[in-house]
Amino acid sequence: MVTSAVPAAGTTPLPVLVSKSDIKPTWCPGCGDFGVVAALEMALKRLKIPPHETVLVSGIGCSSNLPHFLNTYGFHGIHGRAIPVAEGIRWANHSLHVVVTGGDGDGFGIGAGHFVHAMRRNVKITYVAMDNQIYGLTTGQASPTSTMGAKTKSTPTGVIEHPINPIGLAIASGATYVARGFSGDVKQMADLIAGALQHNGFAFVDAFSPCVTYNKLNTFDWFRQRVYKLESAGHDPSDIGQAFARAQEWGDKLPTGLFYKTDRPTYEDLEEVLQAGPAARQPAGLVGKESVLDEFL
Amino acid sequence: MAEIVLRTGGAAGDGIASVGDVLAKSLSRMGLHVFGMNAYQSVIRGGHVWFQARASADPVHSQGDQADVLFALNKETAQIHLPSMGAGSTVVYDPEKFELTDSELPVGTKKLAVPTLEIARKYSSQSILQNAAGLGATAYLAGIPLAVLQKTLSDSFGRKKGEIADWNVGAAGEGYAFAEKNTGANDHAVKPAGAPKLLMTGNQAIALGAAAAGCKFLAQYPMTPASTILHWLAAHSQQLGIVVKQAEDEIAVVNMAIGASFAGVRSMCATSGGGFSLMVEGIGMAGMTETPLVVVEAQRAGPSTGLPTKTEQGDLNLMLGAGQGDFPRAILAPADAGEAFRATVKAFQLAEDWQTPVIVASDFHLSESMMTVERDEIPFPGPIPSLFTVEPNGGDYRRYAYTESGVSPRALPGQAGLQFKAGSDEHDERGHLISDVLSGVPIWVAEREKMMDKRMRKLEGLRSAGPAPTLEGPADAALTFVAWGSTVGAIRDATPLLRAKGVTTNLIRIPQVFPLATTALVPLLTKATRTLLVEANFTGQLGHLIRAETGIALPNRFLKYDGEPFAPMEIVQKALEGVSHGH
Repeated sequence: MVTSAVPAAGTTPLPVLVSKSDIKPTWCPGCGDFGVVAALEMALKRLKIPPHETVLVSGIGCSSNLPHFLNTYGFHGIHGRAIPVAEGIRWANHSLHVVVTGGDGDGFGIGAGHFVHAMRRNVKITYVAMDNQIYGLTTGQASPTSTMGAKTKSTPTGVIEHPINPIGLAIASGATYVARGFSGDVKQMADLIAGALQHNGFAFVDAFSPCVTYNKLNTFDWFRQRVYKLESAGHDPSDIGQAFARAQEWGDKLPTGLFYKTDRPTYEDLEEVLQAGPAARQPAGLVGKESVLDEFL
Repeated sequence: MAEIVLRTGGAAGDGIASVGDVLAKSLSRMGLHVFGMNAYQSVIRGGHVWFQARASADPVHSQGDQADVLFALNKETAQIHLPSMGAGSTVVYDPEKFELTDSELPVGTKKLAVPTLEIARKYSSQSILQNAAGLGATAYLAGIPLAVLQKTLSDSFGRKKGEIADWNVGAAGEGYAFAEKNTGANDHAVKPAGAPKLLMTGNQAIALGAAAAGCKFLAQYPMTPASTILHWLAAHSQQLGIVVKQAEDEIAVVNMAIGASFAGVRSMCATSGGGFSLMVEGIGMAGMTETPLVVVEAQRAGPSTGLPTKTEQGDLNLMLGAGQGDFPRAILAPADAGEAFRATVKAFQLAEDWQTPVIVASDFHLSESMMTVERDEIPFPGPIPSLFTVEPNGGDYRRYAYTESGVSPRALPGQAGLQFKAGSDEHDERGHLISDVLSGVPIWVAEREKMMDKRMRKLEGLRSAGPAPTLEGPADAALTFVAWGSTVGAIRDATPLLRAKGVTTNLIRIPQVFPLATTALVPLLTKATRTLLVEANFTGQLGHLIRAETGIALPNRFLKYDGEPFAPMEIVQKALEGVSHGH
């Protein structure tokens, strides 16, 4: 019954590599998210992952518009719920490459519960969180990663909550690939995303992606002055203790690169039903399974 | 006797449900029609739990009314249930556990004192074996052959057979023999009626229906009374090749199910009202992204946490209104286990054909009660086709193409050259957003309207695609019941009781509550001499829907919201009131 979709003669040849779609990004000029989409495109191209086997999944927010800008499949869902959609996609068809993209509000605020549970499951998903410490699309309210004291529309006298530590949370929750990039360094970001795509497990990339319109504190310059590369600091990403220690660094020095990587079976590796191949390609129904009624007699 | 109603009760943890299961299964193995109902509370130990099974050679559609035989494990059970024992009934108890004086018995009720603890002690120090002895005595009174009882009891231990199973079978045999010896004429006993019948709960029928329809993915979060769907499919996951996921909450559940459906499997999620409330935003997303989705909503008594182990039909408004904005949906409301199976199969078909969410509305009474089903009531669909069927469209694939039916060709991830974006934002035929830079621009204003029209055309298609309202009973009747869901069962059982009193009734069944097939429904309603709307909720939610959709008011209502299912005699009394007091 499986019909392969081959374009009719005379139509555009299939793109074999991921590239930009015909939709222009709607982000503000200079937005950090441009660097992230460029890095994601580079990584997918480098690994020659075909666009039709790639699904970009997002929630709601400026950064969640990203799936529209590449020529892959995409599911642009509701706020905070990209991860469970992505998990469902993987369990229906684990031959697909599934990448979740979104922002800090989407992933660490409204979607924090799903983030934690997906990591403990070690579902093979690449999750790139464009972390700009602000709600942009709703015009500038505090986010879960906003700095203490930051004055925003919703916190005119300053934030009085301690920010989420996405890297520490990811390591504690069981993510098996935990990295941080900065959209001011697209090459490093592309390397980190490529590593994530190749990793067999939940791969989290916290992407510093400054909001040029609503965050006047955590700007490109602010990050540039503070970031340093873990690999040049002798960090051992196989050491969870070191990874936790580096995750605590905040302030004048902000580490980027690979914090932690380990191998653990994925959910898909352990789910018995999926050992027979992607569920979407398996037989379904009860024809020939009449014996299932025996227990009711 | 032609029919028997057995009741057994005790404290939670006493093993009442197991006793009930064995009684109900033994009766269904005798070829009888059976309806069994567990009544319990939201506690694991203590409280009062009871089970009622009704069996007859003729079809039974509800738990019935007064009990013929009561097996009381404690005094509380006797006190609670003796007042509702039928004439000529028998109560089985153990005087070593509690005293029961003749003056405590209703007129016409006999007692049978069975030394259940004494029998139990012969086998083990585990007092739970007393259940088996009492079960044996009860089964004797019911007319269950000893061999059937002992085989059913032994089977109930599954593969764990061993000395505990042997002790139970032995104790049951002794209880049986004791009752046989110490009962005079046994006028309760029912006779075997043919080949064993299938016995299943509404939830098992739903789970089985999902499997038969080709469901490959179930996501669920535990919530009574939907949890046993999760349990059954989890237990059969490997055998049937269905991925079963218990997620972190119902928001994850619905989004996982949508993701799985988007990626090419038939998927389902199940919950009760509280969990459904959390799923609401996701259900709207399934409507907007045109992703097939089956949601089971097993209602329990609300509002809020409400009565977790009691029944109600109070969530119809919630199901009708779930999600912001307008989008097409269907709501099916099966009445019994056979129909729950078929409604679930139908829900998958409707969801797939119309690419939109379909809700199977159950309730505690249907989901958790067990009932016999004929094999031809649960037909398995033939081979389930792959969903990878869309052909390329000349290189210009439009996932949300405008069509007459509103249904557009659905490509799946993995298919080359058909990449598209499914968006919860408003979008054009290709899935491109028209929500941000384009919204408000005149041509896109028109486009938005066209896309809404396209989606909503599916609602009109669904109106005639689902099961239509039907009239059960004679065309002319003094009274026409109007009902949905499990409430139908008690009405069906009340019908012959009313006929015996000289009152002819019929019933308008509404198996697809939404969208209402008004062209079929209106003639049925207008022909009725007098209607009685029967619903298990406070406000008469189906009545409001019917009035909104047809303009027809149903002023005579029997609304029940005490958490208990309708019983046939209640329906009879209400029906007689209406008929005798005129119009």
